[in-house]
Amino acid sequence: MTRHLFTLCIVCLLTLFSGHANAGVFNPRTFTLANGMQVVVLPNHRAPVVLHMVWYRAGSADEPKGKSGVAHLLEHLMFKGTTKNPDGAFSKKLAQHGGQENAFTSHDYTGYHQTIAADRLEMVMALEADRMTNLVLDPADVKTERDVVLEERNQRIENNPSARLREQAHQTLFPKDHPYGRPVIGWRNELASLTREDALAFYQANYAPDNAILVVAGDVDVHEVKRLAEKYYGVIDVSPVKPRRDLVVKSPIKGGETILTHERVRQPVWSKTILQPSLANGPNERIAALEVLSEILGDGGTSRLYRKLVIEKQLAVNTGTYYDSGARGDGRFILYASPRSSVDLEVLANAVEAEAKRMLDEGLEPGELDRVKSRMVSNAIFARDEMKAGAWSIGSALASKHTIEDVEDWPTRIKAVSEQDVLDALKGVLGDPRFITTKLLPEPLKKGGGS
Amino acid sequence: MKALKVLVVLFVSTLPFCAGAVDVERVISPGGIEAWLVQDHANPLVSMHFNFKGGSELDPQGKGGLANLAASTMDEGAGDLDSQTFQRRLVDHSITLRFSAGLDRFSGQFKTLKTHEDEAFDLLRSALSEPRFDEEPVARLKSQIQSGLRSDSEDPSVIAFTTLFQGFFKDHGYARRSKGTPKSVDAILRQDLINFVKTRIARHDLKIGVVGDMTPKRLGELLDRTFGGLALKPGSAEAPEIKAMSHGRVTVVEKDLVQSNIIFGHAGLKRNDPDFYIALVMNHILGGGSFTSRLYSEVREKRGLAYSVGTSIYPLDRAGLIIGSAGTENARVAETLEIIRAQWKRLADGGLGQQELDDAKTYVTGSFPLSFTSTSAIARVLVAMQVNDLGIDYLDKRNAYISSITIEDVRRVAKKLLKADMLDVVVVGNPEGVVSKP
Repeated sequence: MTRHLFTLCIVCLLTLFSGHANAGVFNPRTFTLANGMQVVVLPNHRAPVVLHMVWYRAGSADEPKGKSGVAHLLEHLMFKGTTKNPDGAFSKKLAQHGGQENAFTSHDYTGYHQTIAADRLEMVMALEADRMTNLVLDPADVKTERDVVLEERNQRIENNPSARLREQAHQTLFPKDHPYGRPVIGWRNELASLTREDALAFYQANYAPDNAILVVAGDVDVHEVKRLAEKYYGVIDVSPVKPRRDLVVKSPIKGGETILTHERVRQPVWSKTILQPSLANGPNERIAALEVLSEILGDGGTSRLYRKLVIEKQLAVNTGTYYDSGARGDGRFILYASPRSSVDLEVLANAVEAEAKRMLDEGLEPGELDRVKSRMVSNAIFARDEMKAGAWSIGSALASKHTIEDVEDWPTRIKAVSEQDVLDALKGVLGDPRFITTKLLPEPLKKGGGS
Repeated sequence: MKALKVLVVLFVSTLPFCAGAVDVERVISPGGIEAWLVQDHANPLVSMHFNFKGGSELDPQGKGGLANLAASTMDEGAGDLDSQTFQRRLVDHSITLRFSAGLDRFSGQFKTLKTHEDEAFDLLRSALSEPRFDEEPVARLKSQIQSGLRSDSEDPSVIAFTTLFQGFFKDHGYARRSKGTPKSVDAILRQDLINFVKTRIARHDLKIGVVGDMTPKRLGELLDRTFGGLALKPGSAEAPEIKAMSHGRVTVVEKDLVQSNIIFGHAGLKRNDPDFYIALVMNHILGGGSFTSRLYSEVREKRGLAYSVGTSIYPLDRAGLIIGSAGTENARVAETLEIIRAQWKRLADGGLGQQELDDAKTYVTGSFPLSFTSTSAIARVLVAMQVNDLGIDYLDKRNAYISSITIEDVRRVAKKLLKADMLDVVVVGNPEGVVSKP
């Protein structure tokens, strides 16, 4: 029922992992095929099941100007068929063998994945390799699928005030025409006019073995995966892909505050998003410090913001932070809070910032840093418990130009973070002029909090 | 080529479950508490799921949301530890402890590293048997729940779902949302929470599933320590049986939305019905199969009417249901509903081919083990097996239940179950050409 379910929330989903599940614990085996396709194998023998994923180093940030949404539309169209497997044969065959599948698109990558009994790996590889270069598109199918995606946009964005606010605000967080400023699903008018030729052009420009990563996790043998990968993916011709554009922000952003008022909003929300380094452009030490900072300041019911604003001052129903370190361009550090009824949103916003500044002024409590670091590092053990965690972490890192070491050395980097590192990171967050704020508000006549 | 495919398909349908990877043991503690265990020593951690019979359907009149509020506050301070101290013990030891209240059951989910096992089980014992319900955390959690309820009151899918259930169940507890209403949550007193724990958290009808780095002997000790102090029998009455009442009602809830949210359904089968597995396969064909179901193909793939469309069987303890949903632009709601009703009727009239049935059966058997990829997921299945009385050898037997289903079985059950003119429909949005019909 929900193919492409992850499409747009993938960034949040992955950050969850890149913050917590990364560790020197997945111990992946890797090799590269003669045509340049990188392969990662993560054996896990709990159940006779395999997860097979192909990640393309192409997402919505790689779209040509005026064609927003084409990366994601193509993701949908990849299920239509090839000469060898026409009319949705991919999904039919997979289901006949009890397999499950999905696909996703983000700003930085597009991916396809199947979970199936381990002895069906060869069948899945044959199917996925076939559609890497042999896609056939019927113009009528493209038109129908574009309608499906427009309904997806209605469901995810138009019907959802907070998603609309986020979409508007992102244009002010990045310089004009920066691809992170536009939605992954595309602007409605551009999406509605996308054609079969647009989809095929994006396909030919980006879908090639040397622009893809194969990740196989589960009940598999590394040598067998290698044999199969060479047989199915290794025979596909190299097709040079243009270098990806540099996404790191170098010119000024618009900034400012975006407010959305809507009759269907019942709980106001304030947020502040600050551009910060990511693994793409920051020293790894700073990235680790920002992750620890986010954990101390705003993760869960024992964090500083929660204790001060929800428990002590009783200004908020909820508050927290979020840091996205995995982007191919800049990362984002986000502070957010929702007021209790009758609390003014501006008062709450000031209280959040004041609490963050207090941490800068007073430093950490004795033992606070060690406690937080130790629980972050233990989370790596839980990550190993899930077959898919390593596959998602490593796949997204490689597709975003990061390295396996970025993932595997994560516990070491977290352990090395000092109090001064955390405070320096906080100083960087609070002092960076590249930020935006948002307010989600109910209609003024209706009752409820807000200003 | 064709012959080869048939062979492969047959092989799937007789594939033994997990070839020895999952070995379920029944553990009875010295004190007589039962848990089902799967030992897995690959990682130094333990996952446990458990539940108590009786969920929010038993919440007292005017105090809807009691079980849910208890679930939200039992881990907010217990014994000598106040809320913040208790929560910090959990996070600093990387312990997951979460309670939740469904319509039928009160459940717990628990995960710990082996190194913190003693501390973790002790915190769980304390939360179950001596929660404090201090004023501050109760007030705080009430305000969070009420904030969520206010937001839900404008969420199209929540509105649709609630409206459908109110139509089905009238005054029965199933008609109420398990989170209650802002008003009913307000009415819950500390004494109600204390009574809830005293009368509902009892060893009778407690089901436990454990997976991970654990031996039967050690588990026996931990079970007694953790659950041994609980009352033997619950003090609450059982909720009454009820049949979902539908008669082809259409309810339009006007909202200014670009896309209408549609939900539809009628009575179905309960989990213990002898035809349950047939209904499972039937539902897969109709709307359960993600990218291959009839509704997916007719509504989405061929016509581009919706991004998401599908059905599921929804077996509650006291009433079975089959429910579906779709999201489509306002102008095409009528067309979408027409297609859904036509598909409902086509299957009820016996329109079904052998190949389609065989494909559904191989999917339903072959996909079952795919979720067994974390300790927590397996622990959840162990509890479901006990709750539904499926037997400890269920994982080995399930394939045979599915494989033996014939085309006549599905036709018979589809004819009995699927009633297009009895489908209750709720549309939230501004649909064109669709009006309410009481």
